[in-house]
Amino acid sequence: MKTEKSRLEKVLEKNFLAVTSECGPPRGSDPSEIIEKAELLKDHVDAINITDNQTAMTRMSSLAACIHVKQLGLEPVLQMVTRDRNRIALQSDVLGAASHGIKNVLCLSGDHQSFGDCKSGQNVHDIDSMQLVQTIRYMRDEGKFLGGDDIKVPPQMFVGAAANPFADPYEIRIPRLAKKVASGAEFIQTQCIYNLDKFEDWMKRVVDRGLHEKVHILAGMTPMKSAGMAKYMKNRVPGMDVPDELVKRLSDTPKEEQAQKGIDICIEDIQRLKEIDGLHGFHIMAIEWEEKVPEIVEKAGLYPRPSI
Amino acid sequence: MIVADKKPIDEVIETIKDYEKILLLGCNECVTVCEAGGKKEVEVLASALRMYFLNNGKKVSIEEKTLERQCDHEYLEEIRDVIDQYDAVLSLACGVGVQFTADKYLSTPVLPGVNTCFLGATEKRGVWTERCQACGKCILASTGGICPVSRCAKRVMNGPCGGSTNGKCELGPDTDCAWQLIINRLEAMGKMDEYEKLSPLKDWATDRAGGPRTVEREDIQS
Amino acid sequence: MRLEYPTNIKIVRVPCTGKVDVIHLLRSFEKGADGAYVVGCLEGSCQYNNGNFRARKRVEQAGEVLESIGIEKERVRMYNLSSGEGTLFAEYAREMDKIIRELGENPVKKAKRKMDAA
Repeated sequence: MKTEKSRLEKVLEKNFLAVTSECGPPRGSDPSEIIEKAELLKDHVDAINITDNQTAMTRMSSLAACIHVKQLGLEPVLQMVTRDRNRIALQSDVLGAASHGIKNVLCLSGDHQSFGDCKSGQNVHDIDSMQLVQTIRYMRDEGKFLGGDDIKVPPQMFVGAAANPFADPYEIRIPRLAKKVASGAEFIQTQCIYNLDKFEDWMKRVVDRGLHEKVHILAGMTPMKSAGMAKYMKNRVPGMDVPDELVKRLSDTPKEEQAQKGIDICIEDIQRLKEIDGLHGFHIMAIEWEEKVPEIVEKAGLYPRPSI
Repeated sequence: MIVADKKPIDEVIETIKDYEKILLLGCNECVTVCEAGGKKEVEVLASALRMYFLNNGKKVSIEEKTLERQCDHEYLEEIRDVIDQYDAVLSLACGVGVQFTADKYLSTPVLPGVNTCFLGATEKRGVWTERCQACGKCILASTGGICPVSRCAKRVMNGPCGGSTNGKCELGPDTDCAWQLIINRLEAMGKMDEYEKLSPLKDWATDRAGGPRTVEREDIQS
Repeated sequence: MRLEYPTNIKIVRVPCTGKVDVIHLLRSFEKGADGAYVVGCLEGSCQYNNGNFRARKRVEQAGEVLESIGIEKERVRMYNLSSGEGTLFAEYAREMDKIIRELGENPVKKAKRKMDAA
């Protein structure tokens, strides 16, 4: 069985700026919520990430939600965290995903369970996110399980990882990306970017090291809904770099116009980043605000999406 | 050492309330150093329990003894002659001591008086921190002498994870990011190039995952 | 000075209050004392630097243990004074006596009497 590459991979290979977005599965067994969210994004993105029990809150499994999305004719990116499954379960789910025609996977470690609804639960962390990248690449490229046995039909997966251009410690921001690339990551979706100067500096160093030729980097963009959200992101979310100036711009806007201002800033930022050397696309994470993604994509000049 | 913490008295009372003759058994090793189950703690707990039961009109005899170790046959033998005088033993040793005592004296209930916490060090009096999870295959040589298995909340082998902020773990400012510490050490030793080496998938067969473990040294067995 | 203080107080002399351990305080209750207090040097003037600070901690610990088994922690206290303050010594003794009288008899002592009678 020779499987075709994923749409996301093809878009990136053909040097188009890719656009991905993100949806969280519902906290219940009714899939209509995820289907509605996906429908909103349908024509404006190349692929949709489906989160895996994000912030350690128990939800419908990412794999099941991916299948729902796939059935709509959209392309999902299966997010997999190493928190909840050991190497047996992870490999098994990769095969399951491939059997449903899911062709993209994003490997993450996952938020600590103490942030979620099962604080007294055990965490697994049998392997880490880079090792999950290695594992899936090994399954695909060598056609083998970690145990060494042959996989009858290896899974065709386009394998990605996350990166935070603003993460501490500063001195390993680039080495850590290099390490992810070395582990076999083919695309990178970054943490939300608000500090464009710093991001540009990071990208410059990425290009200096030639990493942009080895991996496709998609810039993570999340529009701010309000000045309150900006302050929250600045002060409460680990690893987030929100400049004071952005908080001020939103605070100076009348409350009822802040949401639109947030969208406008996001569009402005994308337009600026589109020009950056080595950047290959955007990952637009409009948290519980999926209906705004089409507007952002259109106004940022990323629409229509190329037909592949 | 093995670091333990005293169980709350009400929990201890709940576990021993149905017995009348109890031996409170301390241990002179780790639990003495971490002030959870040595001779002093035995004295204080025994006194408190005696008063509690008296105050509640219950006749309970509580005797005290502290052994050199509860994880060695020879020291545990010291109570063989007297064990039958008791309805139960409340051991203030770590989980190892409790089990070893239970193994040896089949028909006597042996109850834990402390919570065994981790393998750690004394930061200062009253503060102990975890340093080792006894995974059975030490990787400290490649991680700058800082253990990601015991000190990273996600035991990430190629860290740090995205939650590391200002050198602290995503769990909060009270927890150091193990990978920040590793990087600090690698930098100080001029070995930052080692950072980019990918750590292989860890073999957890020597860890808890492999089942109960045994170390066997034929060369020194008699 | 011929100062008077309650005659029901029994003085146990120690070389330094740093010698007093939690178990000493608890044992006094086990043996029937209604209260126990430690009188140490003024804070900052310990001959051994921190003997009286240690004593204060142990008094607190003993109070916590007592509380956990249902005995008022106010039955243990720590006082500080200098060797020249006899008046204060007598005053503290009266204060402690008053506190304990208000709290009443050591419940353990009462329970023991009841049990012995039965």
